[in-house]
Amino acid sequence: MKLTGISIPVVDQEKALQFYTKKLGFIKKHDTPMDSGDRWLTVVSPEWQDGPQILLEPAPLHFEPSKVFQDKLRESGIPWTQFDVDSVQDEYDRLVKLGVEFSVKPTEMGTVKFAVFNDTVGNNIQLVEHL
Amino acid sequence: MTFYEEMLNKLRKAIYANQGQIDAVIAIRNYIDNHYDTDLNLDLLSETHSISKYHLLRLFKRYYGLTPRQYLTDKRIAHAKKHLATGMSVTETCFAVGFESLGSFSALFKTKTGKTPAQYRKEQLSRSTPIPKS
Repeated sequence: MKLTGISIPVVDQEKALQFYTKKLGFIKKHDTPMDSGDRWLTVVSPEWQDGPQILLEPAPLHFEPSKVFQDKLRESGIPWTQFDVDSVQDEYDRLVKLGVEFSVKPTEMGTVKFAVFNDTVGNNIQLVEHL
Repeated sequence: MTFYEEMLNKLRKAIYANQGQIDAVIAIRNYIDNHYDTDLNLDLLSETHSISKYHLLRLFKRYYGLTPRQYLTDKRIAHAKKHLATGMSVTETCFAVGFESLGSFSALFKTKTGKTPAQYRKEQLSRSTPIPKS
């Protein structure tokens, strides 16, 4: 078995695509039409294009428990997932300029530095740097 | 304060209370990052950081979840991938990232990436210079 991707539930796939590509800098990989306007939509890291894909899936629109879970996580400030970066501070500065909202500013804790932002489609996402 | 921040504060007290230990492991990790291409071993790390070998091993594993040797290997493989992608030969790469034997380098590389260094190099190079259509 190979780990090739993770999924992130999104409340609006087109908005998610714009945010994950234009702001975060991921690259669109697969975009296949599915039933009733839904898409099989994935993005990858520009520097690792054959690496793991993020599936931006419209689960909260079609499956109530998914929406409930997503809402509760977001309200509690808990990140859905996290991405590794070389410098949390640099990414924070870059993203704040693009209008991205952070609920946790760059914070050091032990051997990690992290920050948490809102992905505008229902989730908190954490950035992590290992010190 | 969100529930998540409360959890983090608890965590900070529970597992990140000893700043002296944290500073020590961060210094050791930085040392490995800056000297991965040299003949690094536990004795040397222990001497340069005035900390007993076993304590060092335990602390590193506790905070990073890997032994220093595993961390070093990952670091070397990551650098090896960069060198191979720019066209450096397998032998040159092996020594440039601090391995002493081609055999152990190739075997480790294959285990970690699923490909031999030669296969990886070939793939990367063919990707950057597309074959012209006939």
